[in-house]
Amino acid sequence: MQIHLHPQKRTVEIQGRRQVGRLLSELGVLPGTAMVIRGDLLLTDNEMVEDGDEIEVRAVISGGAA
Amino acid sequence: MKCTRCKAKAEVNLRAHNSAFCRPCFQFFFTRQVERAIAGEKMFGPGDRLLVAVSGGKDSLALWDVLVGLGYQTTGLYLGLGIGTYSDRSREKVEAFAAARSLPLTVVALAEEGNGLAVPDISALTRRMPCSACGTMKRHYFDKAAIDGGFDVLATGHNLDDEAARLMGNVLRWQQDHLARQRPVLPAHGGFVRKVKPLYLVSEYESAVYAFMRGIDYVVEECPNAEGATQLVYKDAMNRLEAASPGTKMAFVREFLKRAQPAFDAAERTEPAVCERCGLPAFGTVCSFCRLVGEVEAKRERRAAAQA
Repeated sequence: MQIHLHPQKRTVEIQGRRQVGRLLSELGVLPGTAMVIRGDLLLTDNEMVEDGDEIEVRAVISGGAA
Repeated sequence: MKCTRCKAKAEVNLRAHNSAFCRPCFQFFFTRQVERAIAGEKMFGPGDRLLVAVSGGKDSLALWDVLVGLGYQTTGLYLGLGIGTYSDRSREKVEAFAAARSLPLTVVALAEEGNGLAVPDISALTRRMPCSACGTMKRHYFDKAAIDGGFDVLATGHNLDDEAARLMGNVLRWQQDHLARQRPVLPAHGGFVRKVKPLYLVSEYESAVYAFMRGIDYVVEECPNAEGATQLVYKDAMNRLEAASPGTKMAFVREFLKRAQPAFDAAERTEPAVCERCGLPAFGTVCSFCRLVGEVEAKRERRAAAQA
């Protein structure tokens, strides 16, 4: 499956069916810091993703200003 | 995973709330959180005119969307900070959002204001971090626009993660004056318009989810100046604590406001004077914005003299 990481604008290819929570852990993404999107739907941590899926992992952290 | 409210298939899981929601129920939950913050802190009422500071990011646009949905009288305020194409894209998103909903929007471009100083000019000429200069500029122009426009309230999109990170920074350095002013509502005083943070109890994740579900087209990329910013270090630390113990951020901020903030507030209470240069309220004879501008102008003069 293809994983598009935003805002890094990077795409990685990962093989094999797994839960979203495990996918995020493998990508080094902490829970609650990114939305996982397939099509126009958000996926919860226990949802399965598999080969052929196109997934967007969109970070939600912003800031810097005082 | 099923929705906690209606038992339909859940689209979002909120560990801090021990809840999961489908799309309609999440939007209901999010809006209720904001309504409760507004009512609980007596932020404003239906008769108040609100100026909503919008950056083009998820938080401020989600806030504007919720406030409009709740029927409040809002006007957007966008500050063009002059940060290259990032500012151009941000402005486009804000203008498109306002136009699609026929909402009034005020745009202030810093490069076109009095001294023509955009954020990159200031950080290039001074030793200040861009985020520090940006914060000073924003506060000044937010206050000015709110006062000039005769608004009752200035609303910003600061969320729970912003507040938790700020609190961590203030506590680590025991900045008593900052702790005294860290509140979801700063009442109108000494010429300042009331400032409110209706999203202070919703997480960054929740506001991003709301924006996504509502189809709000926001700027996803980070400000190029934010890389390495201390606030992001604190956010990362808080996210690690939250991952280990969900609800930590909420408890940190809520309990501070309940147990500690009033003591700091009582000890540090000072009334603002009037800035002798710009006439806006100031804690001192000159406000922090005019001090910053003075620093930049002095630097420019020294450079010009050295080149002559």
